This record gives sequence, structure tokens and C-alpha cells, in this order.
Amino acid sequence: MIEEKFASGQSFIHKLDPKTRIVAVIILSFAAALCDIFFVAVLYFIISTVLIVMARLNRKDVIERIKPVFWFLLMIWILIPITFDGQILYQFSWLKISGTGVILCCKITIKSITILLLFTSLVATMSIASLGNGLHKLYVPDKLIFLLLMSYRYIAVIEDEYKKLLRAAKFRGFRPKTNLHSYKTFAYLAGMLFVRASFRAQRVHQAMLCRGFNQKFHSLDIYQANRFNFIFLIGISAAGLSLVILEKIWI
Amino acid sequence: MNNKKNIIRLKNITFSYPGSDICTLDTLDLEINKGDRLGMMAPNGSGKTTLLHTIMGLCKPDSGVIEIFGKRLKQEKDFTPIRSKIGLLFQDSDDQLFCPTVLEDVAFGPLNLGFSQQDAIDIAKTTLEKLGIQGVEKNVTHRMSGGQKRLIALAAVLAMEPEVLLLDEPTAGLDNRVREKLINILNGLDITYLVISHDFDFIKAVTDKIYSMESGKILTDEKIHIHRHEHIHKHGKRPHVHK
Repeated sequence: MIEEKFASGQSFIHKLDPKTRIVAVIILSFAAALCDIFFVAVLYFIISTVLIVMARLNRKDVIERIKPVFWFLLMIWILIPITFDGQILYQFSWLKISGTGVILCCKITIKSITILLLFTSLVATMSIASLGNGLHKLYVPDKLIFLLLMSYRYIAVIEDEYKKLLRAAKFRGFRPKTNLHSYKTFAYLAGMLFVRASFRAQRVHQAMLCRGFNQKFHSLDIYQANRFNFIFLIGISAAGLSLVILEKIWI
Repeated sequence: MNNKKNIIRLKNITFSYPGSDICTLDTLDLEINKGDRLGMMAPNGSGKTTLLHTIMGLCKPDSGVIEIFGKRLKQEKDFTPIRSKIGLLFQDSDDQLFCPTVLEDVAFGPLNLGFSQQDAIDIAKTTLEKLGIQGVEKNVTHRMSGGQKRLIALAAVLAMEPEVLLLDEPTAGLDNRVREKLINILNGLDITYLVISHDFDFIKAVTDKIYSMESGKILTDEKIHIHRHEHIHKHGKRPHVHK
């Protein structure tokens, strides 16, 4: 089940037009991902935390949200320092810890957390329907938007069907083991899931036709165009641009 | 009877699914007139759902004539304007509710009909209110209960203000409370409808005439007499004849 924990709120960020927020997050996350100097990456990190504070999100929930990335980072911290060439920071018999590797790890850590925080503060603070609306206004093809919205709507239904099938198998004494029978059973389950999903897709399409669907995307979101959107976007672009320039001068 | 305005007329409709020799619909005739409240009870696999889908143009018959509002319909584009006037309630509400939130789902039809955003929202809200399910507009559709989903799906259909309703097993999987609610709603509507169901009491409560289907044909009132009776077996287990 996908939860939209942060979608409802009354902060300044929540009131911004989805379109503005999407553009802002694209600018900032690209700039952050492409920056090469640790100090500049820290500045992006500060921007992202400021945005989180502005969105007035529950800190505990935010940490919970970015937790999965720590596993990815842990792997990087284990692998990169010992496999990277360059200046050696510490040597323990054959184990060499590379200083360049450690710096790279620091950069990756701060950048990935920054980008995640940016998306949490700007994109996770809108409902999936608003996200669709924002993308529509940015001229993303309607087909892709429907794909996004339908996936969101039906992923829970598909999960339900999978659980139902697995339950049915378990009730008949199925216990997954490492043997051909188990693999076969799982293959059947997956196949069945595809068949059911495709039938459901057919029925949903019929239901859409019955209600006059004409390949157009309609949204109910009404966001008043106000100057805050414009000011916010200018501010974000200016911040991103000045950091890029700063980095260029630095080099 | 004859002076009633004819809305739907099917003549000699034959339909079989690709790759099957069995005719799901076999030279079937059906007439629905304005104000009719029809019920249909028939065994599983007798082609009831196919019949409804044929009326909506979702299944193309192999032969026969479909006339709706006096117009003969042949191609997909003939059916498009008809679909807003005939509302079909699907068996599985999850098929019918495909938008992220309830309000968007109910407003989907009106928006497609060309209503403005604000009008569509107003229509959706009044329809939900009429069915007694206000206050759920912002809720996420897939987290609603089965009964609520059925009522929201009905609201989504009614929001298009159809002239005819086709209901495909509306009470399947519902508890008594929602079922009662559905009976009250249907009896309160001034609309022509055809209900398919296995639920005898439900059909009895909401319709004036009951049809049945058998091997792809419709049996009308005169030919069948579905009824239920309760009696005491005073003979016990001894063989006896019902008179």
C-alpha cells in the first residue's frame, strides 16, 4: 500500500502549484547530482533541509522515509574505500583504505540524502493526483500520466490478488522450498497474476469507455496562480545557478 | 404497454466468444421501454453479463440489430454518445473505480461530458450526497470498504445522469445494511433499469417484472414464473408431492 503521509498539510510548500514544485525539484536535483565539490554538495544539503523545515513535516516520519537509502549507502561505504585506487589513508596488511574513496563516499552520501530530501519536501507533499495534474501542465503525454495514476490505483489490487493466490496455495499445503515444484508453483502464480491483471485491464478499459473516456486527462485540482509560485521558482533557480557558478569559479 | 416509449430494442442478437462454438447469445430479443423496472435471474454462464455488454457496445454481436433511442447502432462511434445515457454498474467495483480519489472518480464522467471543473465537482458532490455517502470525497478509492465502493461506483454512474441503468449483480458480496440502502436508492430513483442478480428478495423488492435467460435466449414473464414459497414438511422425510 502506498501511503501519502505528507500529502496533506497547510505549509507554504503545500500551497504551491504542483507544476512549480516539479520544475524546482528537477532543477535542484540535477544540479545537486552533477556537482563535484563536497562543500557545494553540503550547500545543496542545507537547501534541502530548509525546504523540509518549510514544508513542516514530522521529522521522525521524514527519517523513516529516507531510511532505505542508508542500506544502499552502507554497501557503498563498505565497498568503495577498499576497492578504490588513490592516496592510501590507512593500511592493515593487505587491506588498503583509500582516501579518495572515502571522499567519494562522503559525496555520494550527502548527494543521495539531499536528493531524497528534495523529493520528500517538494513532490511527496502533493497527492498522486496532483502530481498527475502537474505533469499534465508540463506537457508530459497523457498516456504516461494515466500509466502513473493507474499503477498507483491498481498496485494494491494486484497485491491483493497475489496474496489471495498465495493463500490458496498455502491452504492446500504448499510450502516454498528449494525445489522444482516450488519454482513451478511460483511461476504459475506469476502467470496467473498476469492473466488476471490483463483481464482486469480489459474490464477497467470497458468501464472507462462506458463513462465517456476520450483519451483526455482531466483533473479536479484548482491551484490559484499567485506570485509566490513565480518567486519560489526564481529563488530556486537563482540558488541552483549561483551554486553552479560558484563551483565553476572554484575549479 | 405499446404506447410507452421504447428505449432499447435488441433483435435476433447472436454472439459467441472467439474460439467458442457455443452461442452465448442466440437470436435473442429484448425490449426495454421507458419506466420499466426489469429484473433478470438466470444461472451463471447464461450470458447475462454479455447481454449488458452488448447493449453498451462492448461486445460486438455476430448478427442482429441493436436499436437504442430509436437509432440503429453498428460501430464503436455510434455507441459513444449512447454510453453517457445508459449507465452500467459493473460486477466488480474495483474495475469501475479507477481514479485516485472518490471525488475524481465520480467527477470523471461529467468531465468527459464536457462540464467545467467546478460544475463537475458540484455534480459529484450532490450525487454522493443523494446516495448518503457525503464526507468521503477526499478518500482514496482503494481503501474504502466493499459496500462503500459499490455505492461510489453507483454514484459515478448516476453522476452522468443516465436515462437507463443496467446493474450487474449489484448485491454480490454486500452485507444486509448496504443491500437495504441499495433497495431504498433504487426505489427512490425515477429511472428505467434492468437488474441482474441471483438475490431473489432483492430483485423482488426493486423490480416490477422478472425475466430469465436460458441457452442464450430471454424468457419473459409469461413463459416463466419464478417464485419462492415456504412450507412445512408435515410428511417429514417420507416422499411427497408438492401441489
